[in-house]
Order: sequence, then C-alpha cells, then structure tokens
Amino acid sequence: MVPLSYYLLLSGFLFACGVAGFLIKRNIITIFMSIELMLNGVNLSFVAFAAHWHALSGQVFVFFVMVVAAAEAAVGLAIIIMVYRTRETLNVDQVNLLKL
Amino acid sequence: MSFHLILFLAFGAVCVGGAVNLLAQRHPINSALSLIAVMAALAGEYLLLGAEFVAAVQVIVYAGAVMVLFVFVIMLLNAGEEQETKGSRVAVLLGVPGILTGGVLIAWVVARHSGTEAVAIGALPGPPADLAQLLFHDFLLPFEVTSVLILIAIMGAVVLANKPEATARKVD
Repeated sequence: MVPLSYYLLLSGFLFACGVAGFLIKRNIITIFMSIELMLNGVNLSFVAFAAHWHALSGQVFVFFVMVVAAAEAAVGLAIIIMVYRTRETLNVDQVNLLKL
Repeated sequence: MSFHLILFLAFGAVCVGGAVNLLAQRHPINSALSLIAVMAALAGEYLLLGAEFVAAVQVIVYAGAVMVLFVFVIMLLNAGEEQETKGSRVAVLLGVPGILTGGVLIAWVVARHSGTEAVAIGALPGPPADLAQLLFHDFLLPFEVTSVLILIAIMGAVVLANKPEATARKVD
C-alpha cells in the first residue's frame, strides 16, 4: 500500500531540488538540467493524481509536458551553444549582458 | 510492508540520491548522469502507478533523447568544472531555516490530508488504447498544436546553432 502522499512528497522533493539547483548552480548547462528535474517532479505528481482519481487526462498532460520539455531542451541547448560561441564561457556570472 | 512499498522506496531512494547528487557534483557530465538515473527511477515509479506507456515514453524520450542531447552538448562545448562564486550570507542564514520550515509544513499537510489505496501494475486505466483514444480524440487540438510547436523548435534550434559564417555563405 503506497499512499498518494508518498508520491507527492517525492515529487515535491524533486521539484525543490530542481529549484535549489537552479538557484545555486553556476554552470548554465547544470541550471538547464535543474529545470528538467523540476519538470520531472511535476510529471510524477500528474501521474500520481491520475492514478488517485482514475482519470487518464493526467497521463495525457504528462505527454504534453514531455513535448514542451523536449522542444525547450532543443532550443535552449542551441542558445547555450550560441552563448558559448560568443562569450567562451558557461558561467552565468560572466554572462550578465544581453548585448556584447 | 508490502512489495509495492518496497519497490516504491527503492525507486524513490534512487530518485532522491540522484537529485542530491545532481546538486552536489561540480562537473556537468556527472550531473547529467545522475539526472539520467533520476529519470530511469521515475519510469519505475510510473510503472508502480500503472502508467506503463508513460514509463516507456519516459525512458525513450527523457532518459534517451533529451539526455543524449545534454551529454552531447556538454562534450561539444568541453564543459569543465564549475567555478565557485561567493554566495550571500543573508541567503544562507534566512534560506536554510526557511526551507526547513516550509518543507516540514508541506510534508505535514500532504501526509495528513491525503491517502489512497495501492494499485496493481496494469490495474489502472492506463492501457495505451485508452490513452490513444483520449489523446487523438478529446485532446486532438492540443496534440496538433504541439506538433507545430515541435516544428518551430526544430527550426529555431537549427537557426540558432548554425554558424554565422555558414549562413553568410548561403546568402552569397
């Protein structure tokens, strides 16, 4: 017997880890991975609620989240490549100007 | 202690360990590998919740495609160890107690006000046929819109990651 609250706590923990990584990490790629971690935490609570309420819509929403995450990863990594090309660094502290 | 709970705890431990390791590691490639572990363990959790198809897609799309993209970019840019920067002391002094208080509060509320019976693998309304019925019928418009989104993302990635000289040469 696994209560819903266990899944929600795990999901909240993953989301919190993602937020913490987003705030304390300095490498732009790691920050990006923290965002993926947050999305994964949310996906877990979607699936847990879908199981709890016997509603499949929650699982369909997980697909949409995955699609958005994949699109975001593709565009974001392209932006990271471009930032690295112009600035030669991945440290966000040194990337503080929109314009060179 | 049921078998379900043991599996949940095992996968959950991998999730928690991977997430903490992602924060603790200094090198991005180590963070990426621990994120892959988190995603694979989450696929196991989805299986426990009766969502077989979501679990398969999680492994294929997330742990497969997206993370390969990440690892590829890390190797392409030859990303090294992350540099330390000085954090604010006020943030540490106020943030840590704040996080602890918030976490305990949320955990208490969630643990108190929710409960559910366990589900057997495959017992839930999760067969791919039902999911497809919902996805291609009730959610048809969002589905089509996401395909446009993917197309735009592909074009955006190609345009952004293209070398400026390559574009200039094509124009000439």
